Amino acid sequence: MKQGFISKNPNVLIFISCLALFTLVITVLSEAYGTGLISTSMIKTLGKTLCLCLIALAMDLIWGFTGILSLGHFAFFGLGGYMIGMWLMYARTQDIVLTQSGALPMTPQEIQDAVTNQIFGVVGTSELPMVWHFAGSLPAQLALVVLVPGILALIFGWLAFKSRVTGVYLSILTQAGTLALSLYLFQNDSGLRGNNGLSGLQNIPGLDSVGQAAVSVWFLWGSALALGLGYMLLNWVVSGKFGSVIRGIRDDEARVRFLGYSVESYKLFVFTLTAVIAAIAGALYYPQAGIINPAEIAPIASIYLAVWVAIGGRGKLYGAVLGAAFVSLVSTWFTGGKAPDINLGFYTVKWVDWWSVLLGLSFVLVTLLAPQGIAGLISWLGGLRKKEIQK
Amino acid sequence: MSQLLEVSGISVTFDGFRAINNLSFTIGPAELRAIIGPNGAGKTTFMDIVTGKTKPDEGKVLWGEMSQNLLKLNESKIAQAGVGRKFQRPTVFEDQSVADNLMMALKADRAPWKVLFWKPRQADRDRVVALAQQVGLSDALDRPSGELSHGQKQWLEIGMLLAQEPRLLLVDEPAAGMTLAEREQTTALLVELAKTRAVVVVEHDMEFVRRLNCRVTVLHEGSVLAEGSLDHVTANPRVIEVYLGR
Repeated sequence: MKQGFISKNPNVLIFISCLALFTLVITVLSEAYGTGLISTSMIKTLGKTLCLCLIALAMDLIWGFTGILSLGHFAFFGLGGYMIGMWLMYARTQDIVLTQSGALPMTPQEIQDAVTNQIFGVVGTSELPMVWHFAGSLPAQLALVVLVPGILALIFGWLAFKSRVTGVYLSILTQAGTLALSLYLFQNDSGLRGNNGLSGLQNIPGLDSVGQAAVSVWFLWGSALALGLGYMLLNWVVSGKFGSVIRGIRDDEARVRFLGYSVESYKLFVFTLTAVIAAIAGALYYPQAGIINPAEIAPIASIYLAVWVAIGGRGKLYGAVLGAAFVSLVSTWFTGGKAPDINLGFYTVKWVDWWSVLLGLSFVLVTLLAPQGIAGLISWLGGLRKKEIQK
Repeated sequence: MSQLLEVSGISVTFDGFRAINNLSFTIGPAELRAIIGPNGAGKTTFMDIVTGKTKPDEGKVLWGEMSQNLLKLNESKIAQAGVGRKFQRPTVFEDQSVADNLMMALKADRAPWKVLFWKPRQADRDRVVALAQQVGLSDALDRPSGELSHGQKQWLEIGMLLAQEPRLLLVDEPAAGMTLAEREQTTALLVELAKTRAVVVVEHDMEFVRRLNCRVTVLHEGSVLAEGSLDHVTANPRVIEVYLGR
């Protein structure tokens, strides 16, 4: 009996439909293409949220399905952002330099010097750092979005998995790696402007005439497309025999080894694949955020990622998406100062400060009471309905 | 006749404790062998060495017609070479269906890239159905294996081993936790399997070993104490002293 991919995986159809509907509704309500009910900044928030959902998918594949609690995937997300940010900043600065140059045509060297001056004046460097060698080329930087995090993950993963580092030791190792990268980027001579980071990334070179209202919707579309494709890809990965093997590794890796599977190769494959997906998510996220700095790569970011996936539900792809969307949007609401403070008389609960406490508490509660997270709640409700129908 | 597995002069020490001491052991390509011995005789360590889990301090483990050195291979490579192992406690992937468990064990390319694009052909599906039938799990193919009874899990694991099509089967205490009827079934299966491949059974239960009716190797303090038919080894005074006399 032969079945199509969609009919075997109805959740993909449901997910893609919901995502398409969401994108359509937002577009119709946007300032650029519709009624203008939703502000451009809100559209950016939603677009960024879609990118966070994409990295949550990657986290679910490596943690929920393969059982490797990586606490470093935000480093790959950040690196993806830096790679695209370099082109955005370089090309944009070049445009500005050229429009200001006046009548006399400049030599390529003069242009480069002027651009370097503009970008690196703030850290007192007059020479273009080596890592910016390809910054003027969009195709090159797009390739680096995939290559830099991919190769880094390959090397890190190879060293860690070959030595059979597992469990909490691996988590600590990924945290240490993330911290090291973040600290390195904080230095001015890292060549990526130290703690200033890269800024003005929302201005897409050559698209000045289009305006932010339209660009934000384009990025929302791009992010939705990436999330949809990512969902389909990962659903395909986990639904076949490969999915069986990685879930086997999660539950009993020694047994998988005695079946003849090279556990280390599988871990390395998943680690690298998820790093690349995280990087693509980051490359879509930061042009919407407008700014990236080393604080974004701080170890805590990767821990938040694990919290989203835990709250959403490990081992269910849609759970990871729901968790990331729900927690990050609620977080934006609480930390954006929109949540009303609670006056207890003797003490006023300010949500800007207390949100992380609330998040931490919900993480503990979910881990203890509902280890399946939001997705578990949904399957439980689904199960109830099935029983109802059977009656 | 050439041997399938040839272990010679292996020794391994854990924190000063000599678990295996100059042990030599051979088994032919179609032979049933029982290994008995008191606790701590090194039975499990011996299996760990053959399957690559533990590396010995000295000695050689040679495999097959080409006399391949198994000590140079890791666990997965050894399994691919044709060594299958059945653990004492049934270890199946409880989260996954019986069919998925069998499909995963089915002999096929194990490289990640190949597995990613692997699709079961009709022959593979038929093989899974046939295996399930052989171990009495035809009705349970779509059930999560975590729902199976202890005995059924044992059988599923045996089915997974058969799916691997190993040339050498290492079976650790197959009779543990089985009912009398299940034991008889297991004995019959092991004897049947040994017609086409090598089967090594580690067992405490003398009655079970007697029923296997095969050559017996007695281990004691990490080396071979006696070898031969069950009656032969049980008549050996040293064996009586260290093992049977207790």
